[in-house]
Parts: sequence; C-alpha cells; structure tokens
Amino acid sequence: MAWSVGTLTFVLVRSLPGDMAYKIAAGRYGEDAVTIEAANAVAQELGLNRSALAQYTDWMWNLLSLDLGNSLVTGAPVIEEIRIQLGYTLTLAALAIVIAAMIAFPVGILSGLKKESVVNKTALVSSTFIRSQPVFCLGLLLIFCFAMELNWLPVAGFGGPSYTVLPVLTLALSLAAVSNRLITNNTRRAVTSGYFHFARVKGLSQRRAFVRHALPNILIPTLAFMGIQLIGLIEGVIMVESLFAWPGIGHGLSHAVFARDIPMLQGTALLMGTLFVLVNALVDISQYVLDPRTRDQEQ
Amino acid sequence: MRNQKQLVLTVFMVVLVAFMTACTPQQDPNKIIVSGPFEPINLDPASTGYIFSRMQVLETLVDVGNNGELLPGLATSWLSNDDFTQWTFTLRQNVYFHDGQPMTVEAVYKSLAVALGKPTPFAKNILTNLEIVSPSQIRFTLNQSYRPFPSLMSNYSMAIIAPSSFGTFNRIKNLVATGPYQIVHFEPPHNITTERFEQYWGEPAHIRYAEYITGHRAETRALMVRTGQADIVYNLDPAAVNMLGNESNVTVHSNAIPRTTLIKLNIGNEILSDRSVREALSLAIDRTGIAEGILRVPGVEANQIFGPMMGDWHLHNLPPPATHTQRANQLLNEAGWQKRDDGWRYRDNQRLTLNMITYANRPELIIIATAIQEQWARIGVELNVQMENVSAIPSGHADGSLQTALMARNFANIPNPLGIMLADFTSKAGGEWGPMNWSNPAVFSGVRTLSQQTETEQASVQIANILKQIHQDLPLIPVTFYIQQTATSARVKNFSFDPFERSFRLSAMRLEHGS
Repeated sequence: MAWSVGTLTFVLVRSLPGDMAYKIAAGRYGEDAVTIEAANAVAQELGLNRSALAQYTDWMWNLLSLDLGNSLVTGAPVIEEIRIQLGYTLTLAALAIVIAAMIAFPVGILSGLKKESVVNKTALVSSTFIRSQPVFCLGLLLIFCFAMELNWLPVAGFGGPSYTVLPVLTLALSLAAVSNRLITNNTRRAVTSGYFHFARVKGLSQRRAFVRHALPNILIPTLAFMGIQLIGLIEGVIMVESLFAWPGIGHGLSHAVFARDIPMLQGTALLMGTLFVLVNALVDISQYVLDPRTRDQEQ
Repeated sequence: MRNQKQLVLTVFMVVLVAFMTACTPQQDPNKIIVSGPFEPINLDPASTGYIFSRMQVLETLVDVGNNGELLPGLATSWLSNDDFTQWTFTLRQNVYFHDGQPMTVEAVYKSLAVALGKPTPFAKNILTNLEIVSPSQIRFTLNQSYRPFPSLMSNYSMAIIAPSSFGTFNRIKNLVATGPYQIVHFEPPHNITTERFEQYWGEPAHIRYAEYITGHRAETRALMVRTGQADIVYNLDPAAVNMLGNESNVTVHSNAIPRTTLIKLNIGNEILSDRSVREALSLAIDRTGIAEGILRVPGVEANQIFGPMMGDWHLHNLPPPATHTQRANQLLNEAGWQKRDDGWRYRDNQRLTLNMITYANRPELIIIATAIQEQWARIGVELNVQMENVSAIPSGHADGSLQTALMARNFANIPNPLGIMLADFTSKAGGEWGPMNWSNPAVFSGVRTLSQQTETEQASVQIANILKQIHQDLPLIPVTFYIQQTATSARVKNFSFDPFERSFRLSAMRLEHGS
C-alpha cells in the first residue's frame, strides 16, 4: 500500500502543470519574493533538475529506511509536521463523529419510531437544510450565532477546549444531518419487520424488544456508514480548518498541493491511507462482533 | 416524574450556561493579539523574516520611515566611497541578542554572510566582498556603483541574528535576534507568541506579550476583531471593511502602501510590441469602475507605476486616468486591427486574442482581471484569464510564455525606488515583476547614471524625464494604487501603520487598562 500510494502521489504531482521549483519557491519565500533567482536556488538545493527516476528512487530508498524526508517548503521533517497536524485533525474528527452520533442516534431513533411526529418532520427539514449548504456556510452561521451574537465562543484559532466547540459542532451537524436519516429509515425498517413483531407477540415489552432485536439491526448498517463518513470527513475538514484557522492536516494538505511539496504529500497520503485501512478494519471488526450471522457463517 | 424531568432540565441548563460563560473569550490586559493572512512556515529570516520583522523580533541595519527615508537601525550610520562601490556601516553599541549575548561585529558578519547565501528579494550579483574593518564597522564592496545600497540592508532577509541561531550547516535552529520582542512559543504556520525583551537597546515595549495568529480568511479575521478575540487584524477585504465600519468598538484604518496593481506586458509579443495597441488597452480600462465597484476605495485609480507616496518617483502633474473607448477603437483601427461582425478584431485573419495570468493570493485580482476582460471585449480584444499560482508570473517571464499578467507589485522590498528601477529598467530582460522584453536605451542609461551620482536637484529633473518616457512607452499598464485596510479594537492605543509593512509597531502601542 505504501508503495502504491507514494508512487501515485509522485506521478500525480509530477504531472501537474507548471515548474515545480517556482511553486516551491512561492511556498517558501512568499508572494513578494518569488523570483527567478529563488526558483533556481530551490532547484539546485533540492536536485529538481535530476531525472524523475532518480528522484523517485531516492524517495523509495528513504521510505525503505522509514524516513519520510523533509518538507520542501518548511525544511522540517515531514513526520514531525504530520504528527502535529494529524493530531489536531484527528481530535477534530473523533470529537465530531462522537457528537454526530450523540445527535443522530436519539433524533434518528425517535423519528423512526414515530413517523408522523413533530420530531421526525423537524429532523427532516433541518437535515435537508443543513445538508443542502456547504459546510463552510454552516460554520459561518454558527460563528454568527455563538461567537458574534452571544459572544460565548471564540471565532477561530486554537489553544483551549472552547476553540474546538464550533469546528466540532460544524462537522458534527453536517455528519448528523445525513446519518440521522439513515438511522430513521433503519429504525422504521426494524420496528415494522417480522422479527420485531414476533418478539412482541412472544411477550417481550416494547423496550426489551427494541433493545434486543431492533437496535443491533439499526447499529450494523449505521456503523458501517459512519466509518465511511469518517473517511469522507477529510473533504469537509479542509474547509472547516481554513474557516476556523485550525492547524490540521486538511489545511496542510491543500498548501502542500499548491506548493508541490511532494514529500509532505507522500507522507500525508501514506499515513492517511494507513488510517483508512485501520478505520475499515475497525468497522469490519465491529460488524463481526455485532452481527451473529457473520460468526455463524464461519462455523 | 414530571418534576424529576424539570429538575434534570434545569441542572442541564445551569451547567450549559456556566460552560458557555467559562468559554467566553477573556481579553488579557497584558497581551496584544494580531491576526493576518501571512503564514509563518519556519524560523528562517529568508522565508519568514517578513513576519518576524513585523512582530519586531528581527531588526536590520537600516530602518525605514513613513516616507521611505532611511533611518538608523542596528547601524547608526553608513558611508560610501566617492563612486558608491564601497559601503561602510557603523554598528550600534550596547545591543544585545535575545540570548543575552552582545551584538559583536563578528556576529553581524556571520549573520549577513549566511543571509547572502540564500535567495533574497533583490539581486545580489553586485556584491563582491564583505569584510570586518574595525570592532564596530563592516564593509561591503560592490562591482558597480550602486547608490541605493543602504536600502537593501533594510530588507528582512538581511536581519541580524545571533550565532546561537545557527545549527549544523548554518541551518536556523532558533531565532535569536535583537528586537523589542523575543519568541517564546512558535507553532508553524499558525501561531507566534512573543514576550517583551527587557534588555532591548531602545525604548522597551509597553505591552508584555504579543501574539500573532494566522487568520487564513479575511472573513474570519474581521469576525475575530469584532468579537474581541484579536486586537488588530491586517489585510481586510472590501466586504469586511463595510461590515466593520458600523461597529462602535472597532476602528478601520485605510493606508496607502507602496504597491500598485499593474498589467505586465510581454513587449516581445507580436501584438503588444505595437505601442498604439498598448495605449488602446490602457485607454479601454475603466479604473474608476474598478476602484469604486470592486475595491470600494474611490480615488485609487493609477495613472503611473509609482504611487503618490513615492516622493520624486511620482509625477504629480500627470492628468488623472480616464477611459476613452472611442480613442482606443481608433488606435486599434489605425494599427490594422479591424472589427468584424462577431465583435472581435482581426488582422490578416488573426484574431486579437491575449492571455492574462493572475493569482489567488490577493482575492481582488481575479475580479479585476475579469472586469478588464469585459472592458477589453468592448473594444474587440479577446482576453483569456488564467488563475494561477503566484509563481506563474516569474516562471512565465523566464520561459517567455507570458503574454500579459495582472499583478500587485510590491515596491517596499527595496524602499528606494532607484533600487527597483536598477533591477527592472536597465536591460531588455526587465524584471520578473517588471517590464518584459521592453527596450528604451535612453531610460536604461538614465537610470544607470542616477545610480552613479549623488542626489542633487538635477536628479529630480532626470527622474521626472525617465518617468515621463516610461509613461509614454507603456511597458506596464498601471491599474490602481493600493490601500491597506486594517482594523483595531477599541482598547488599542497609539496604533500606527507602517506603510512599508516592515513592522506592526506593537512595541509603541498600549492597551487600555493594560500594563
């Protein structure tokens, strides 16, 4: 996997238009100091005039010795930059997915149990409203409400728990807007199913029948979906991090693309690829634990 | 049951309100918080010096006043020989680095020698030698007469840093400099926290801590100052200025800076080599519309390259720029470009089509470019606008592929415009941020002569002559001068703006009710 992700990144970045040395010089020295001299110095320092094959072999060799190299722009070790940035992003993503679940499960289950209720109708309208706008707009709305009008929370930045509230809420609401509808449908399907009616007929109370028979059937597809959501979160994270000036990987990644910072891109892609595999494995394990059918099949 | 539910709800609300109150941003009376779009990526003065200089961590040998006049910095004086090929700087005494070590001539030598080995925003090929001449003097030897040399020593890349800043291979491991603030925490590219340096050679800073937070988006920065999370925010966009204008606790400052929005032209291009085509393109631009409609700052229409704050280098008697579509059409007709029924102009069956590169770093540029696209379409000139990385301009200049480019040229890198003229207006190669393939021997020799003679009244006349010739020949088309919009919160006192953007001037500011 490391080889394929790294090679793909290398080929994609090399095939982007424009002279790499100039893009790196712009990232390194800023808008007002990008000159022909700066670009030539960068090309010489980084050996960009060498053949693509030589540069690729270098990278492969470093990877084999577990060295992700240094950022072409900042000069700092890539692993160090990723450690800091990914740490911030994972905090944001983990909190967002937990808060999203805390919102989506009660709302989705209540909506699914009572189709004609006010809860379901309100959830449907607000989910459609939240999902129909970019995550950036949702963030701005929350800033207007909680930071400007109520002055409860800081607008942007990082440095304390209060700074995480708005970006986490923005991401969580955006995730919950979709997952609560999925839970609603799954709940509806479960409580109208034959096995649920059978459980009731054999004498189980509504609550007991729901917890024992309906809930696992709601959880299995929802967890799989939330796993995919967590992976897709990176898309929303770039905008949210930019809006809230959050020092995460989304922001770092977009800048690395602009500045053609290949080691940074390769390192990030590599670690994120590993992370995605890990998340998928965790989702599969949770499915195995929750769904007795998968265990039965094995036997 | 109902009472129990009510109790739980009440407790929940009380906890929520307590949490929110705890979260409410508290303003530290001893800390000033600044936000701007600049990203401090590392500690190296060559790349991030422009931020550390603004935060007053770094200092240079030469300082710059509000009108571009050179002032003593870490050097108290400087002298040249008669033909401006040797420059001797006398260092200030009793200056200490942030590590407590005194600033010696050896430390200054090492700092400059390392800095000169890295890319700088000016050409270094004029330098032939750097030497220590006495315990308080350092001397540069040049291979040509260069009168504006001291202004190069005001650039952030030439900042003086302590020997303890360097690690192996002279890589920067710490940033130990001489400014009134020293770094206490650095989290690239988002945060720099500094503390007052008590051994500073000049007047110590009034506010104990100064923090810089990167605010990537102009909207975010505007909201930060509005809610009191930041005390000063730089580089606001027109929409944010409108919003903040109605706030009682925020003041918006508009300052002219030495930066001009220009259209760079490749004069080697078959179409653009014709002066009448260039004049037609310039006459077709509605600068007032751009200033009022896009920038929302009336009066910044540019009729020349250098703005009104550039002293002798601004011609005060030039008429204001005006849009003359009729005259533009006439010029193009005379140049052989005839309009056809499809609305575009043709000559020898070739359509009058141009490409324009611009970049995203300054959000207004792409809007201005599309406005120009529309304005040039009115006179039958087709313009393809390409949004690129900022590096596309020097890169397109170097490989000759550039046709036109819309750019915001910074003239503050070298505070003396003569330095800019020597870099850009002395050869056909021009400059990556200046003219391209333009040749005017009279201007070229005039600029060189200025560099070799002392400043006299006659020099002003020579400067005016050079500027008039450039104005006539139009190697670059000026569009608008630049106004920098900054907002400060009500508690900031003694705010002043450095038009050369070298310093945020935080050390001179005070916070109301702060120490």
